[in-house]
Amino acid sequence: MIKAILIFNNHGKPRLSKFYEHYSEDTEQQIIRETFHLVSKRDENVCNFLEGGILIGGSDNKLIYRHYATLYFVFCVDSSESELGILDLIQVFVETLDKCFENVCELDLIFHVDKVHNILGEMVMGGMVLETNMNEIITQVDSQNKMEKSEAGIAGAPARAVSAVKNMNLPEMPKNINIGDISIKVPNMPSFK
Amino acid sequence: MALKIVKGSIDRMFDKNLQDLVRGIRNHKEDEAKYISICIDEIKSELKQDNIAVKANAVCKLTYLQMLGYDVSWAAFNIVEVMSSSKFTFKRIGYLAASQCFHEGTDVIMLTTNQIRKDLSSPNQYDTGVALTGLSCFVTPDLARDLANDIMTLMSHTKPYIRKKAVLIMYKVFLKYPESLRPAFPRLKEKLEDPDPGVQSAAVNVICELARRNPKNYLSLAPLFFKLMTSSTNNWVLIKIIKLFGALTPLEPRLGKKLIEPLTNLIHSTSAMSLLYECVNTVIAVLISLSSGMPNHSASIQLCVQKLRILIEDSDQNLKYLGLLAMSKILKTHPKSVQSHKDLILQCLDDKDESIRLRALDLLYGMVSKKNLMEIVKKLMLHVDKAEGTTYRDELLTKIIDICSQSNYQYITNFEWYISILVELTRLEGTRHGHLIASQMLDVAIRVKAIRGFAVAQMATLLDNAHLLTGNTQRNGICEVLYAAAWICGEFSEHLEDPKQTLEAMLRPKVATLPGHIQAVYVQNAAKLFATVLRSQESAPEAAQETSQLMIERLPLFVQSANLEVQERASCILQLVKYIQKLQQKDVEVAEEVTALFAGELNPVAPKAQKKVPIPEGLDLDAWINEPPSESESEDEKPKAVFAREEPKHTRSRHTEVDEKELAKRREARKQEQANNPFYIKASPSSQKVYQDAPGVEHIPVVQIDLSVPLKVPGLPLSDQYVKMEEERRQKDKDDKKKKEKKRKREKRGRGRQVDSGPESEEDITPAQQVDIMTEEMPENALPSDDDDKDPNDPHKALDIDLDKPLADSEQLPTRTHRSAEVLKSPGGDGDGETITPEPKKKTRKDKKEKKKVKDKERTRSAEDKKNKKKHKHDPEEEEAKIEEAITLVNAEEAQPTAAADLDFWLTTDAAPSSAQEAVAATIPEVPIEAEPSEVKEVEPEEMKSKHKKKKPKKEKEEMEREKKKKKKRHHHHRSERAETESVQNGTMEEEEEEEEPLPPMSNYGLLAENDYIKMVYDIQGNLQDGSQVVVSIIFQNKTSSVLKSMEFNVLDSLNSKLERPEGASPHDALSVPFQLPPEVSNEARFVFAVQSIVMPQKLKGTLTFIVKTDDSSTHEKLDFKLHFTCTSYLITTPCYSDAYAKLLESGDLKSSSLKLEGVTMPFHHSLARICFHHHFSVVERVDSCASMYSRSIQGHHVCLLVKTADETVSIDAKCDELMLLENVLDEIKQTFSQS
Repeated sequence: MIKAILIFNNHGKPRLSKFYEHYSEDTEQQIIRETFHLVSKRDENVCNFLEGGILIGGSDNKLIYRHYATLYFVFCVDSSESELGILDLIQVFVETLDKCFENVCELDLIFHVDKVHNILGEMVMGGMVLETNMNEIITQVDSQNKMEKSEAGIAGAPARAVSAVKNMNLPEMPKNINIGDISIKVPNMPSFK
Repeated sequence: MALKIVKGSIDRMFDKNLQDLVRGIRNHKEDEAKYISICIDEIKSELKQDNIAVKANAVCKLTYLQMLGYDVSWAAFNIVEVMSSSKFTFKRIGYLAASQCFHEGTDVIMLTTNQIRKDLSSPNQYDTGVALTGLSCFVTPDLARDLANDIMTLMSHTKPYIRKKAVLIMYKVFLKYPESLRPAFPRLKEKLEDPDPGVQSAAVNVICELARRNPKNYLSLAPLFFKLMTSSTNNWVLIKIIKLFGALTPLEPRLGKKLIEPLTNLIHSTSAMSLLYECVNTVIAVLISLSSGMPNHSASIQLCVQKLRILIEDSDQNLKYLGLLAMSKILKTHPKSVQSHKDLILQCLDDKDESIRLRALDLLYGMVSKKNLMEIVKKLMLHVDKAEGTTYRDELLTKIIDICSQSNYQYITNFEWYISILVELTRLEGTRHGHLIASQMLDVAIRVKAIRGFAVAQMATLLDNAHLLTGNTQRNGICEVLYAAAWICGEFSEHLEDPKQTLEAMLRPKVATLPGHIQAVYVQNAAKLFATVLRSQESAPEAAQETSQLMIERLPLFVQSANLEVQERASCILQLVKYIQKLQQKDVEVAEEVTALFAGELNPVAPKAQKKVPIPEGLDLDAWINEPPSESESEDEKPKAVFAREEPKHTRSRHTEVDEKELAKRREARKQEQANNPFYIKASPSSQKVYQDAPGVEHIPVVQIDLSVPLKVPGLPLSDQYVKMEEERRQKDKDDKKKKEKKRKREKRGRGRQVDSGPESEEDITPAQQVDIMTEEMPENALPSDDDDKDPNDPHKALDIDLDKPLADSEQLPTRTHRSAEVLKSPGGDGDGETITPEPKKKTRKDKKEKKKVKDKERTRSAEDKKNKKKHKHDPEEEEAKIEEAITLVNAEEAQPTAAADLDFWLTTDAAPSSAQEAVAATIPEVPIEAEPSEVKEVEPEEMKSKHKKKKPKKEKEEMEREKKKKKKRHHHHRSERAETESVQNGTMEEEEEEEEPLPPMSNYGLLAENDYIKMVYDIQGNLQDGSQVVVSIIFQNKTSSVLKSMEFNVLDSLNSKLERPEGASPHDALSVPFQLPPEVSNEARFVFAVQSIVMPQKLKGTLTFIVKTDDSSTHEKLDFKLHFTCTSYLITTPCYSDAYAKLLESGDLKSSSLKLEGVTMPFHHSLARICFHHHFSVVERVDSCASMYSRSIQGHHVCLLVKTADETVSIDAKCDELMLLENVLDEIKQTFSQS
């Protein structure tokens, strides 16, 4: 089981948090902070596994994380998950985001956390891995987005126009925080079907 | 209307959307909290509007704020509103918000039940999908109970996208509503073989998760998983299955034996590291479960260790880490194979990654032996010196101690060395583990008698140099060792060389700076030392008096201590010494008596000893000692109190008077006492005077030794020296031995034999001291068991449910009445056949619910009644067979042991085929006797005549199976449309027979068993009347010239198939065959079996016992057999018209499979006849070299075949609503053909 999926940036700002067990908002924030402290003090070239924090889990749990440019992707899992499998899953997740957002960067995650949730929902459900095939995930996400667009129809147009105008004069919009090294390959891991 | 919409959307333009909110927060970095509170106010007003789009937008923003840590539970109702929007866009927003912030405590959740149910049955698959995803996060016991049935229906949805989600969410449903597990399980099991890999993977996922918590309930699934493991190519699925097997093997070692080979193959073949790693892990688990007496698996261990070495040597830190992790598992059972990689692991200690270093340390723990302990510890000590972070250094320290002390100091040959290691460890600055070192010192000194002399000497030195340990700052951690040192010196003071000096060291004023509990030990042990010193000075009374004086001078320092314990002990001992001094002045011999105070040995007591004291007989700890105060008593007392109210008041006042008087008296007395007591600290100046007389702390010169190289305790031998000494000693030992051996050799050479002296083994290393390690004391009659209870709050405990038991009627999931529940079609249920009729009534929810319950009950009852009626109805056919009394309902629980028997059968593999199995040979060549695919296919037709064919060992068979599957895939021609017809020919085969070649004679009777007396052949036919029964007709043939009588027929029921026995008979009773067999006569008897699932072939073991009666004697004989229920035997020849057939194929509910038979030389109509006859099919129509055939199972599955032939190849495309059944039938057809 996956207990939680957290994405935060190099400063510990949460970009996505998905807990598959209930915690109060305060505890959730504490867990994010604790996890950030554990993960951020590790060097780049050390292993990606960490025996769990105190707040989430206990002895059976592990933190498995990857660091891409400005973002940490952390999965908190118990012993029924394969460590290398989860690493691969993170890779699939990030690659899927990259496909869905076309060159994903931190800003995409900041402004479209709902979309990220929707993508994640096609991969992991209730803490269990639902789908690992990237094409399948993208197909499902796309057709849902299409449905959304068709529902919006004409009524949605003005809102979209305004949103576009709002985005036009955005000084911080340049995609300079690109996750450039997104193509880090998991060593010797043929992608799962 | 349109205008209104446009107007609404224009209004909305200026609402803040999620992006605006995020942007706003980023622009208000200084006053973020304030900005957000403004936003929340806005959101609140947005939520009050009627426009659902505005609400959805607000909820979307709330979801974001929730991530930032804001409580948004106040908007729960609005979230429900948005969830119930008809638009997917908003629905998705609502469900996302719900999944993020709803939980079991959210009260509005109960409002969602109907909405979710509606969404689940929505025609739009994404509505359903979104609802499932959301529900998986916030499902509550109530929701689980109410929706379990709907979700179960979805498990058979046509869209794999929904199926996989429904399957996954079932796990959450099980957790919240454990009662649903058993009814849902058969369907879940079916999904393991779903054609869609995603659904399959989800099912594997769920079952693995369930099995991980309660593995024993899932052992019976092992064969199925085994099949999946050897056939699946999906790495995710493989990993899950392999992990599951890792959990199952400890419960069933035979499973492990079966697994080793396929796993080894995977290890060799896979390129995916993740899979390789999990395989290695499971192989290790298998090896652990087999650890006793399986020497021939050393190759597997070697392979694992090799592969792990590759992982550890990899530059990828992740692989390195995992490699070490797995290595530590091997270590537990096969330490020797790991020990050869010591170099590698020691290398890992230098790794820059702390987690890797820690893993390597774990490994070292298990790698030590008597031989290398000193060397390894020496290495570790070097690391201790080098280590930077205190945490890692502390970790090293604990590891060193763990390594040395493991299994009762098993590997320590020289305790002097160990003591000196401990002493060296005291040099560690800032460690938290002083108490650990201390307890080790105590333990060794107490339990290893031989070392006491040395230990005491070392401890005395430590005490002497105590200032080094306590010297600078508050390094309180390490001073704990002084506690041990003081106690050891005191307790074993007889070993001290100069007790007086140690006594002085212990009474130094500096000691007063130590923590209280250590001071207390100091004081107490000073007394012990005092006793020893007195004894040694018996002959010199002056010296003895001096010692007493020393005590009297120094002890007051401790009497002043703020610590009560110290104060009490000190004042006690001070008084004692003063008394002794008095006696000494009177020239009384006191040494003896003082020593007697501390006589006797203190033995170590096991930590659990207290808990293990058995409760004496007749003692009930829960019983009241006195009569419990009855409740009525207190009520009775009240009125009494009313009458005697005045009385107690008086006494009370009198009492207080007395008290006051007495208090005053006591106060006075205490003052008096305090004044007389010189040790009582008083505020008055007079008391200070008293102390000025005594030698104060200030008077003692404190010598601070300033060391440039701190903490090298002088005078202590270094552990390194011991290593050298030890080596020398061992060398010497060896030399001695060699000399002896040489001598021996010389002697032996005379006889012409030479004996090689092997490498030095563990046992050859003799300990330096003769060590007697005392065991810890335990109370008499202590109970040895360790009872570690499971966590009672574990939600998985509730899921510890036996899944092999057949379902009872009462276990069906609550079904909603207004939807037809064709859900429970699972082959498990007793009430299967009964579909619940739709209930169109509409009423208020509440009483509908109640009504439903009642109705459910009624329905099940009536179903039962019907069933019973049916069973008791005397069927003419059955009557003919004279077994009507054989019908009974077999109690599920009593049949349980046979589930294990099924698994047993699967597990006993390489065992030589049993006699029964051997007997399953073809006397009548055409008879299909084996349902399971076997090697028969490969057998040449000429060989067919050979009477006894042995089954190949299972292993080969499995390989075959795999091969076959591959072939099957290659030849898979998918044909779905077969509706076009040219000529319609209805009816069965017989009609066509005349025009073509005559058919060879055929019989469906297969040999059941045979011995010298009797031969049994059998055939199995489905019972048309009852979908859950098959009739087995057995022909008994007497081969002897004597009469066979009292034949009794019995089978070992499995969960799936049971022999119907007369009512009242136990499930193990035998049925008597209703006839005797005169010489050379055969007769037929029929037996009815109840079956539940018909999708798999089954084998039942059984025995026939009978008496052979000759003229002069009669002997008891028995014959074992194995009844083989092929899937074919569950099919019933049913005619079908071509239009109905076409409709059936078009319905799209059927799953397809295909089969290709090569080298079929017989005419086509023979092939068809064969299928018709042996497999109970009927021909729907036939056009030239193509024919369509149909059959129906006793449970109503449709089986359709399209048979085509072209140059000696017969290809069969088949469709059926049950894929597994179809596959098995095809396999059986294949066998029929291979046998001809």
